[in-house]
Amino acid sequence: MGRAGVEQAGGDRFRDGARAILPYAIAGSTFGASFGVLAKVAGMGSLAPIVMSATTFGGSAQYAAISVLDDGGGAAAAIAAAVLLNARYAPISISVGPVFEGPAWRRFLEAQLIVDESWAISAVGPGEFSRRRLIGAGLVLYVAWIGGTTVGVVGAGLIGDPERLGLDAAFPALFLALLVPQVRERRALAAALAGAAIALALVPFAAPGIPIVVASAACLIGLRW
Amino acid sequence: MSTVWTVVAVAGAATFALKAVGPVLLGGRELPAPVIGVASLLTPALLAALVATQLFGGDRELVLDERLVGLAAAVVALVLRAPILVVVVGAAAATAIARGLL
Repeated sequence: MGRAGVEQAGGDRFRDGARAILPYAIAGSTFGASFGVLAKVAGMGSLAPIVMSATTFGGSAQYAAISVLDDGGGAAAAIAAAVLLNARYAPISISVGPVFEGPAWRRFLEAQLIVDESWAISAVGPGEFSRRRLIGAGLVLYVAWIGGTTVGVVGAGLIGDPERLGLDAAFPALFLALLVPQVRERRALAAALAGAAIALALVPFAAPGIPIVVASAACLIGLRW
Repeated sequence: MSTVWTVVAVAGAATFALKAVGPVLLGGRELPAPVIGVASLLTPALLAALVATQLFGGDRELVLDERLVGLAAAVVALVLRAPILVVVVGAAAATAIARGLL
């Protein structure tokens, strides 16, 4: 793999990751804007949503937390929803962990740029990741997400529903496009099918976020095969 | 501290820790071969789970809606080896059109 995988993925430089993430950064900024609008409407004020976008930096977790608060749930329930939805970042960060270098504080800071999209774009082959692609992509997305949130908070009421533009379908399409080169081998295909099946089976029963965390167990197929 | 700021602070701190687990504990290290065998399957398993939940996920239920039209468009684009931007924009456009028609 190595070289060929990197070439096929579009290069190993920071700006290769930044370029690859652009369409999602645009989609991400509109979702950030709608988060800002919803948070403002839910009575979070102006500063708290922006700080949350800068620290929790995970769309679904943030949406879940404000919807719990908006429904009258307490702080504990809102925190639990956000943490469960971001719990997938533990297995995701473990998968990409070895490519980070340097002192622990730097690895800690760079790790904050791990989100689904930047991680997926950093995958240059089965089990191979480019740290520079992840950081380039993550930085662009970070700026877009916080910028979008700010626009949403300020312009609450002016922005339409991103679902009307079909943007919610952009995300499964992205993940599918990134999945295809990962499943060229039978073990990987089996893990993917098992992961999807586990996640779907749990959606009706488990709290949001849990299905994806449990689906990561599908990689244990590798122990037997 | 108000409820809102408590949520922002605790959820943020928990996310810092979740994201840092891999890079801080594993950074710069070579994993043993059996671990690589398992870890290399984490990516396809998680990506497929994301596809499935983003496509069919509702509020604690599975739903079939216009996102499927978008995914079908994405599959066609992928089969035709279109660039990833075309795949994603095509999926969004097909979904938006389907929502307008249905």
